[in-house]
Amino acid sequence: MLNLPNWAYLGFFFVIPLISVLALSVSRGNPEIGYSYTWPLHWGEFSDAIRTYHVQLVRSFWYGIASTVFTLAIAYPVAYWIAFYGGRNKSTYLFLVLLPFFVSYIIRTLAWQFILSDQGIVLGHLKDWGLLSQNFHILSTSWAVIWGLTYNSIPFYVLPLYVAIERIDRRVVRAANDLYANTTWTFLKVILPLSVTGIFAGFLLTFVTNVGDYVNQQVLGGTGTYMIGSVIQDSFFTNQDYPMASALSSILMLLLLVCIWLYARTFGSEAIQDYA
Amino acid sequence: MSSAVAVEQAVDRPAPPTPKRRIRWSKFFLPAFFWAVIVWTVIPIVFMIIFSFNEAPNGRLAFNWFGATSTWYTNVFAVSGLTVALEHSLEIALLSSLISVILGTPMALALARYRFYGKSATDIVIFTDIAAPSVVVGASLLGFFLTLNLPRGLTTILLAHIAFSVVFVVVVVRARVSGLDRSLDRAAADLGATPWVAFWKVIFPLILPGVVAGGLLAFSMSIDDLIITSFVAGQSVTFPLWVYGAVKTGIPPQVFVMGTLIFVGGLIIAITNSFVSRRNPT
Repeated sequence: MLNLPNWAYLGFFFVIPLISVLALSVSRGNPEIGYSYTWPLHWGEFSDAIRTYHVQLVRSFWYGIASTVFTLAIAYPVAYWIAFYGGRNKSTYLFLVLLPFFVSYIIRTLAWQFILSDQGIVLGHLKDWGLLSQNFHILSTSWAVIWGLTYNSIPFYVLPLYVAIERIDRRVVRAANDLYANTTWTFLKVILPLSVTGIFAGFLLTFVTNVGDYVNQQVLGGTGTYMIGSVIQDSFFTNQDYPMASALSSILMLLLLVCIWLYARTFGSEAIQDYA
Repeated sequence: MSSAVAVEQAVDRPAPPTPKRRIRWSKFFLPAFFWAVIVWTVIPIVFMIIFSFNEAPNGRLAFNWFGATSTWYTNVFAVSGLTVALEHSLEIALLSSLISVILGTPMALALARYRFYGKSATDIVIFTDIAAPSVVVGASLLGFFLTLNLPRGLTTILLAHIAFSVVFVVVVVRARVSGLDRSLDRAAADLGATPWVAFWKVIFPLILPGVVAGGLLAFSMSIDDLIITSFVAGQSVTFPLWVYGAVKTGIPPQVFVMGTLIFVGGLIIAITNSFVSRRNPT
């Protein structure tokens, strides 16, 4: 009973659109004559999508992987330190990690564009001092895009990691020390396996989001960093090729669903609510 | 620590070789790393605040420092398109967070307290909604609105914003509800309160900080969203959309001023809410 209004809303504005986008991707037609479904379903849009945009797909995938790995490498020590050594100030430290949420996403990314620009306050001075060559630049390279993606995902990765590490029973860690495990082994054999649910949950939250992002690419990247998110947007608004756009976003969604399915298979579907 | 070492020696057993190294890592490297990350996190924010005071030539933000001015603060609303966009954003954020709270709170209660058919399916839908890439959500909503022949505008933006922020309300409120003692309900019932009265008199005041936090999160998600909005906006413009559109032509400094004001306002509200919720712990 309590669920009904919200389920109705989510069903109507989240689940049905997702299904309809899949439906659109297997239809034939164009905006003028409308769309029709023929049997067998028109799966050709998917192979077309992959053939035409495999460069962007592969690139987005690599950006997603790289930014997620960097984020994990940065977020893990942060979450670990807050959970184990934060003491009374844990919530203050977490609040500091979440500070970027109080500034608009686009403004944060824009600020990086200004900071990293070729004649900006950082590179400009380094070049004036002769520490960098005059034609060195960061913007519009892959690294700028990965930098932006990493920066924007940090809070999303710290939170699930913190939840997982915080939950580890300290007595288990002490037991490992008593059994003569050194720091490295305690970490590798005890803490890391116990926090693996958090690692995976954070992965789910950042990886597919980053693969589909286009804001960082548009603001920090250049023509050589075109990602699949931009392609989807262009297919919708510039080319008006809805089946193509739908096929591409279905591919992204399938990627996410496969990850979620793997997660539910490995840790049980109950575990998902802990990090949702 | 020293007493622990003393005990170890007293039981005459070789001390584990680890403590010395562990202390060094936890005392030096990890906090240093943490603060370095925080500094990195804060750099764009500090940049925004400082450069909102920058004397910008041509009324466009510049890469370099030209001298301090408060002109942009006294003329915050001088760029009319930007002001309209900000008004749209605030209206939509207010409405969508309010509706999300009304829709999401009952679901959070149900998820935290009752087992029912389809519970894990609900969990998975909620998680999928949180993890789904914005491009996919935006594209599918646009496809859906096109199929329904709904004209794109502020209404479709509002519908879309509720769809993605309601799940955050559910998650935040549920965390608060699961901390509640269920015997409170029973006590209320024993004292003759109907479930309806018990909810408003007992449960609601206790979960209120969670509801407020969920609403604030929904508000900030809404005011911040660019990608989903860009799909369903039609001709309407919100604050992030306006800024994104101005990236190619040059950003008026008022953008950073508004960003700074929103940042400060958000901080004040969040800190107030955390003090209030600390005063009434669950």
